[in-house]
Amino acid sequence: MLDRAPQAKEQATEAKRPVEFRGAGFAPGGSRSSGWVALALVIAVWQLAGSAGWVNALFLPAPSAIAVAITKLATSGALWHHLSWSLLRIGTGWIIGTVAGVIVGFAIGLSGMARGVGITFISALFPIPKIALLPLLILWLGIGEEPKIATIALGVFFSTAISVYSGVDAVPRNLIRMAQSFNVPFHAIVRRVIWPGALPSILAGFRITASVALLLVVSAEMIGAEYGIGAFVLQAGNLMQTDQLLAGVVILSLFGLAVGKLINLLEARLLHWR
Amino acid sequence: MDLIADHISHRFGALDVLDDVSFQVAAGEVVAIVGPSGCGKSTLLQILGGLLQPGRGAAQLRGAPPAGSLNPLTFVFQDFALLPWNTVEENVAFPLLHTALSPSERGAVIDDALRRTGLADFRAAYPKQLSGGMRQRVGIARALAVRPAILLMDEPLSALDSQTRELLMEDFVGLLADGAMGAVYVTHNLEEAVRLADRVVVLSRRPGRIREIVSIPMTRAERGAVDARGKMAALQADLWSLIRKEAIDAEREVQHA
Repeated sequence: MLDRAPQAKEQATEAKRPVEFRGAGFAPGGSRSSGWVALALVIAVWQLAGSAGWVNALFLPAPSAIAVAITKLATSGALWHHLSWSLLRIGTGWIIGTVAGVIVGFAIGLSGMARGVGITFISALFPIPKIALLPLLILWLGIGEEPKIATIALGVFFSTAISVYSGVDAVPRNLIRMAQSFNVPFHAIVRRVIWPGALPSILAGFRITASVALLLVVSAEMIGAEYGIGAFVLQAGNLMQTDQLLAGVVILSLFGLAVGKLINLLEARLLHWR
Repeated sequence: MDLIADHISHRFGALDVLDDVSFQVAAGEVVAIVGPSGCGKSTLLQILGGLLQPGRGAAQLRGAPPAGSLNPLTFVFQDFALLPWNTVEENVAFPLLHTALSPSERGAVIDDALRRTGLADFRAAYPKQLSGGMRQRVGIARALAVRPAILLMDEPLSALDSQTRELLMEDFVGLLADGAMGAVYVTHNLEEAVRLADRVVVLSRRPGRIREIVSIPMTRAERGAVDARGKMAALQADLWSLIRKEAIDAEREVQHA
């Protein structure tokens, strides 16, 4: 039988006081609704400034004017025409750049020789703004779609390759040793340990390359295209149609948000174990 | 099947870690390796398990592995080494996926391993949902699934709280009771070494050399009895007397490094 220690007797002579709480702060939470409220407030003030004539509509059209411009673009079919060209360029360039980046990133992550060669080239070429290569690519590939797609693919490739080999490097070595200790073959270690372990970094890379692809398609279309959201924005600017220009900008923003949502869904599905 | 450490020496760069370590683990025998921090215990285990090539000497096997053994030398890791994207069942199945077992045989092996480790009700859980003790049970179930001849355990309880350690120690005693499986058990904890091992290899501070090999003169079943506690405490004290001075020197060396 265990002896129970007696409870300490309360000292009644001195008054009790609460221990001061010192653990507040440094835990930012924030609700999503506050963000939407702030956005709605900015749009409302912007609309008020436009309606009241506080700002010149040529320099900053009101949100309602932009909405009307978007509606007209959608109903006339021009929006889909421009958007489809941009999506074709982004989709093709992104897929080519991503496939090449994943292959090269895994090679760098898994092979000493590929790492030695690959990291040298990537370090030298990654900082170059890829849009600066568009004139050279036009010389090489002609004035069709190829140079624009190649510019996007190049931009996507480098970021993808870096995120993939960083992800491979970040896979805990103890998991690889564990698999080796069970004589699991190399290809199975890559498929069952390294690929899922690197996936968080690869998906984070996709988020970055989606932005890179959007930036490059707009830039490329502004330099040398008749159709596409970038070309449409540039034409609207040249004609001082700022409501159309901002309509194009809003569409780009919505496209970026949609891609972000898609990657969120992918992360929720593929990284549910985190 | 016997496991033999044959004059193993190793260095990492300019650092001598192990120096001429030789001993044998007979079939069904449990050998604990103890020694001061940094004496090369884990390095020695990795060499014995084929995860590290020694600078000199060799790890060798003698005799055939038991029939049906899929991985005669099997590790149980200190940090569990579970795949966080796999469920408990998938983690236990992982080393079986590339064997010749049919799906039904594999299922039976997994069921048996989960049952022996008390994990049958947790097969769909992910590692992040489990306590440290349960995670290590998954590591043990995964090891049992390949029917090892010798378990190579690298401080398997050191990441756990004392109560969970006690429970898992009881599990280890049960798993090793029939002598079908041997083990090399690396630990800092002399109590664990005395509770589990048939012999204790005491390493010196770095570079690790064999200082002494101590036999534990009781069966594991006898060690569970209340009247064995005094004898086990005396054995622990003997082991501590062999290590104490070198442990102090090793600690000072680490602090000055």
